[in-house]
Amino acid sequence: MLRFAARRILGMIAVLFAISVVVFLIFNVIPNSDPAQRIAGKNANPALIARVTADLGLDQPLPVQYLTMMRKILTGELTSYASSQNVVEQIWKGLPATLSLCIGAAVLWMTLAIIFGYLSAVHSGKFTDRALTILSLTGISMPVFWLAAILLYYLSYKAQLFPTSSYVPLTKDPLDWLYHLILPWITLAVLFVGFYSRVLRSNMLDVMNEDYVRTARAKGIGERQVRLRHVLRNSMIPIVTLFGLDFGAVVGGGAILTETVFNLNGVGLYAGQAIGSLDLPPLMGVTMFGAFFIVLFNTIVDVLYAFLDPRIRLGEAAPA
Amino acid sequence: MILEVKDLTVSFATDGGVVRAVEGVSFGLAAGEILAIVGESGSGKSVTAQTLIGLTRAPNTTISGSVRFDGVELTDLDDEGLQGVRGERIAMIFQDPMTSLNPVYRVGDQMIEMIRAHREMSKREARDRAVDLLRQVGIPNPERRVHDYPHEFSGGMRQRVMIAMALSLDPDVLIADEPTTALDVTVQAQILRLLDQLNRERGLAVVLITHDLGVVAEIADRVAVMYAGQIVEEATLDELFYDPLHPYTWGLLGSLARLDTPNPERLAQIPGQPPSLLRPPTGCRFAARCPHEFDECAEPPPLDHDRCWLEPADQRRLREVDGRIGLRKPVAT
Amino acid sequence: MVASIGELEAPGEPPLPTGVSAEEIRGRSPWYLAWLRMRRNRVGLAFGVLFLLIVLACLAAPLWADHVAHTGPNENHITDKILIDGQETYVVSPDGTPVGPGLHGRYLLGADQNGRDVMVRLLYGGRTSIYIGVVAALVTTVFAVLVGLLCGYYRGWIDAILSRVMDVVWAFPVLLLGIALGTALALGGLKIGAIVVAGDSLWIPILIIGLVYVPYMARPIRGEILALREKEFVEAAVAQGKGSLRIMFSELLPNVVSTIIVFFTLNIANNMLLESSLSFLGAGVRAPNASWGTMIADGYQTIYTAPHLTIVPGLLIVLTVLSLNVFGDGLRDALDPRAKIRLEH
Repeated sequence: MLRFAARRILGMIAVLFAISVVVFLIFNVIPNSDPAQRIAGKNANPALIARVTADLGLDQPLPVQYLTMMRKILTGELTSYASSQNVVEQIWKGLPATLSLCIGAAVLWMTLAIIFGYLSAVHSGKFTDRALTILSLTGISMPVFWLAAILLYYLSYKAQLFPTSSYVPLTKDPLDWLYHLILPWITLAVLFVGFYSRVLRSNMLDVMNEDYVRTARAKGIGERQVRLRHVLRNSMIPIVTLFGLDFGAVVGGGAILTETVFNLNGVGLYAGQAIGSLDLPPLMGVTMFGAFFIVLFNTIVDVLYAFLDPRIRLGEAAPA
Repeated sequence: MILEVKDLTVSFATDGGVVRAVEGVSFGLAAGEILAIVGESGSGKSVTAQTLIGLTRAPNTTISGSVRFDGVELTDLDDEGLQGVRGERIAMIFQDPMTSLNPVYRVGDQMIEMIRAHREMSKREARDRAVDLLRQVGIPNPERRVHDYPHEFSGGMRQRVMIAMALSLDPDVLIADEPTTALDVTVQAQILRLLDQLNRERGLAVVLITHDLGVVAEIADRVAVMYAGQIVEEATLDELFYDPLHPYTWGLLGSLARLDTPNPERLAQIPGQPPSLLRPPTGCRFAARCPHEFDECAEPPPLDHDRCWLEPADQRRLREVDGRIGLRKPVAT
Repeated sequence: MVASIGELEAPGEPPLPTGVSAEEIRGRSPWYLAWLRMRRNRVGLAFGVLFLLIVLACLAAPLWADHVAHTGPNENHITDKILIDGQETYVVSPDGTPVGPGLHGRYLLGADQNGRDVMVRLLYGGRTSIYIGVVAALVTTVFAVLVGLLCGYYRGWIDAILSRVMDVVWAFPVLLLGIALGTALALGGLKIGAIVVAGDSLWIPILIIGLVYVPYMARPIRGEILALREKEFVEAAVAQGKGSLRIMFSELLPNVVSTIIVFFTLNIANNMLLESSLSFLGAGVRAPNASWGTMIADGYQTIYTAPHLTIVPGLLIVLTVLSLNVFGDGLRDALDPRAKIRLEH
């Protein structure tokens, strides 16, 4: 078990290293613009540009620049080229908003997905199922930012039901925090509810045909108990693993659109701003943050799967 | 008779049409006896077994006929009513113990679930009962094994667990759907011995579904032979092996390698294939493959011991082929 | 008397079950069976037709522009006036509010802040969006199939390296990777040896979107190839002396074609959504090109005064993507009724 964990962690580090190199290369090798020039401003003379270049260490060879940047990330000293803000600090500040958004949306989408998926599977082929399927498919067909804009327009602006934007910290006012997050939660959840309810439905329909479900019925257990304790329980295993991956991806950067439209000061919004100004340090920081989360959850999911399925946890079956 | 089945008919609506899987099946089961239902794949024996306790009920299934158990008409019961019968009075075990137990729950928990669904018992009491049952079916170290998962048992052991679970509420009848088909031959013998023991010691009546005449010979008291969804012969064990009356039965027996009668150089196969159940023939369903078919066979024969128009005297004469019971090869035309 | 071998009949055609004619049980290919199943799925087919109609409508954009709207997608009409109910109204009112949808012929869906005809822009923008979606799907498919085949067939170090690369791409937050590449490449364009791609070419978003989704498609294909590889027909092919390439392409590939078809269809849908997200953030399609995504980005500026500029392009995206999803679902059910094909996004 320990060796398994050690290997996974090593793999994680390798992947993160690769990602950092790729991001670095993308922004240093590909574009034909010089960050020093941009920072120095439109009317800068060569001397100014040269000084900015030296200041930021941009005249060093690429590998040195890379190592310096990595070191700064790990020590929390990384500063933006454009605004001289500390990148790590900014990410840290954005975390509460991002986590509030993602965790809340996750709770909402999983709850709804389980309910819809279960109902769809149990009433398979009938009206409920068809209606829920259409709803789900529509949900996964919507651009997130567009849905956000529509909700903002109709529910905030026109109907005045919800506040139009910005994030209120939980610690300041829990009710207000909730109030401001409802629309963002709905926006982010719609896509995932559609996807997960269909996966659950599909899993449940498969499991319903399994022999052990027939055995459960033959035991004289109530139908609802068969559905919950046998069908649903066994159908959830793949869902839990998918959820881990998606949650990691959402925290890691998938929330950028929602945060932008609803003006939530999260990590995603910060990333969006950095991209707009082609600011490498924050971009690097945010990408590493995102990748770390994704890889972390990948690993958690692998370990979790072993726990949920005793066949894997306890090794191969005994010979028949 | 504690179980009486009359004219049971089951059909499934499928993409290709209506499949008449079981047609007019009637038989009885006396208390404490072992009835074997024999047939090849597709003969409808499993469907019959599962229909007894309503496991085949579905939107695309049509079921008619009567299944009377201890005076109660099971086909009239709704799901809740059936739950009172399932497990409690009539228990069932299935063919593949690998897939018939839920892999994510411990074996003890699955047994406890069944016990507590029908009895008021604490978890501890139910677990004690489960341990006791495991011991009764011959599983060593039951106190420890009750906490194990299904995949930690071998195939034969898993089937014993299934049997233990089936017995947990002291049912009157056990329906065993091909319980030994998925097991090794040596393990088969053990399981059959166990069933025989349970039958003798507890008076447990058993409906044993199988395709294997060897299994039948081991423990059955009476036998019903199924072909193409119908019962074609009903007899006691001795009658079936020594005085069979239906040509299909002759064909089955003729294809067996036996120690008590001389074997031909090549074991005979019944030529042809079973009829399609989408559009079964209107007369005798075996007629197309029967070398003794005659014009009467266009009418469906009624069942009384055997579903055949031939007179017993003719049957006893015609079934002798090369010194043993078998099906004569059709005359080439 | 013992039956002698001489009396054996030669095995000929297997006898038919009674009541069934030979015609009824003739072998039917899996494709034919799938087609039968698909035919019965009327909803799926309907949405497939809807998608085709949308594509045709977009292809017919010049027709609409010339004969109905009498204007191009990029022509400004800020100071123009048109007749509404007999009254002369500004196309774009003095305070910047463009006229809304509901008119007949010209400005069927209204105008934008520059006085441009929304309907015309919609049709032209649709061409871009759909074009990117489809071509990117082709890119993804080609690479995913190659990677999947190579990894699944050769295994060993080829699999190890390619899988690691896939892992790295997979671990990248999709949107961030797309945005990073999109912004970077948009500035300077792409120069690989002799291949030069301009910064504002459509190929930039196409390549980015195409590459981003390669792991999602390559993994299941790799899995299927790994499983198929163990089957006897591969052994037989090797024994016949067939080379690796022939085995991969003529034995293994045909067996994963249904997976590929389903993934391809659903991939177009995902690509269109990703393109709209990237364009919205400014990292996808760039001026002077327009797509549904850029239209939403533009319209978003004036969402309170002219909501139709945001709503309409988005609705088209939803409609198109939904059609692809429903049709793709139907394809999956028809080609693989036991649903072994799952798209994990």
